[in-house]
Amino acid sequence: MHLGHHHDGPAAVSADAHRPDGTRRALRIGLGGPVGTGKTATVAALCRALRQELSLAVVTNDIYTREDARFLLREAVLPPERITAVETGACPHTAIRDDISANLEAVEDLEDTVGPLDLVLVESGGDNLTATFSRGLVDAQVFVIDVAGGDDIPRKGGPGVTTADLLVVNKTDLAPHVGSDLERMAADARAQRGDLPVVFQSLRGEAGVRDVADWVRARLAAWTA
Amino acid sequence: MNRAALLVLADGRFPAGGYAHSGGAEAAVKAGRLTDTASLEEFCRGRLHTSGAVAASLAAAAALGLDPGALDRAADARTPSPALRAVARRLGRQLVRAARAAWPHQRLDALVRDFPKGAHQPVVLGVAAHAAGLGPEDAAYCSAHEGVSGPATAVVRLLGLDPFEATAVLARLAPDVDRVARDAVAAAHRAAREGIDTLPARSAPLLEIGAEAHAAWPVRLFAS
Ligand SMILES: Nc1nc2c(ncn2[C@@H]2O[C@H](COP(=O)(O)OP(=O)(O)O)[C@@H](O)[C@H]2O)c(=O)[nH]1
Ligand SMILES: [Mg+2]
Repeated sequence: MHLGHHHDGPAAVSADAHRPDGTRRALRIGLGGPVGTGKTATVAALCRALRQELSLAVVTNDIYTREDARFLLREAVLPPERITAVETGACPHTAIRDDISANLEAVEDLEDTVGPLDLVLVESGGDNLTATFSRGLVDAQVFVIDVAGGDDIPRKGGPGVTTADLLVVNKTDLAPHVGSDLERMAADARAQRGDLPVVFQSLRGEAGVRDVADWVRARLAAWTA
Repeated sequence: MNRAALLVLADGRFPAGGYAHSGGAEAAVKAGRLTDTASLEEFCRGRLHTSGAVAASLAAAAALGLDPGALDRAADARTPSPALRAVARRLGRQLVRAARAAWPHQRLDALVRDFPKGAHQPVVLGVAAHAAGLGPEDAAYCSAHEGVSGPATAVVRLLGLDPFEATAVLARLAPDVDRVARDAVAAAHRAAREGIDTLPARSAPLLEIGAEAHAAWPVRLFAS
């Protein structure tokens, strides 16, 4: 991160920490992971948990519908002008990694129209275990898997599981029903990730998204420090 | 001659947002007009000689140094569909970002200043070519090539068309691309002498109509 530095000329190119007017831009956090693991549900829960204390917005990258954005709109987790759907031509991983221009535009337009923002959540429409975000687009990334996808996913690894700034193992409420061994998943995740954090959560449980929200608050404190 | 820079700008992986657009192919597939390799070739040929020729001329004129503001108005006037005008500006904005990172240049900075929401993509492409040390012919080639390679790539995803066949279509269209690029350069020089109004104004009504319908679909694979 190049704090204190910004690109010359009228607008930032990509990851610059400052907007063209010199103010600090919002922290951008990406959420990726396989289809159906609970990324959109986590985004929705984060919005509900954080919207009183932060100015935030969401960018979704859908595969071929606007399903995720529609869900968030229907659930009214944020006012509609704070939710933008990026269309990805069936290539969500391209939009978040290889050619981030559409996502950068979406983020910048949100800052222009509803800003100033503290936080932008960027969800990548379900891809596979190799989907990771470009550092030019997000400052930190969360990889969401679930216990129903099989408890050997942490062991298998892949760039999302091993390198994400936060690994979320979601739907722990289902573990007894699908026969997933949470202890083993935790041990495998530790082996793959070393000191990088892992959160086990159930959005159906009382604690809900609390640990992830706390992690986001800590990232934000570091970003604005 | 700056051939290596041309390859960078013309590369389909140049990160300027093109991957999310089908150039009207998705609408044509849905309408049943684009079903196989033969109809892909006809679709691309039609696009190349209509909106493709206009885009290549605009790009060549911008690379030649003509006023981007006037060219942008000319592009607006030559694009009846509001949906296509919006797409052209969005892609122009994405292209200017990538181009500024690759070839910092005051003409690109000026484009961002004058068109914060994006100028028409062919105009930006011409200025980007200039910034990269390329000429009007290079800009016209880039524009004409991407005008047919975009739909060909999209149709591989939309129809599961054999990618070798799709590439062979592009190879067969190469002489047409040569001709369109050559004509575009001539048109740009004439515009420099006689005014921007002399640029070609061909259009493809089905592309315009299809784009309007496509923009209203609730479910689609491509942004345009
Ligand atoms: N049982 C259970 N279901 C969940 C949990 N989190 C999400 N879901 C459900 O899982 C399904 C997929 O969630 P979604 O957020 O759309 O997944 P995405 O494709 O990763 O965005 C939805 O039906 C959610 O309600 C959880 O913690 N426990
Ligand atoms: Mg989702």
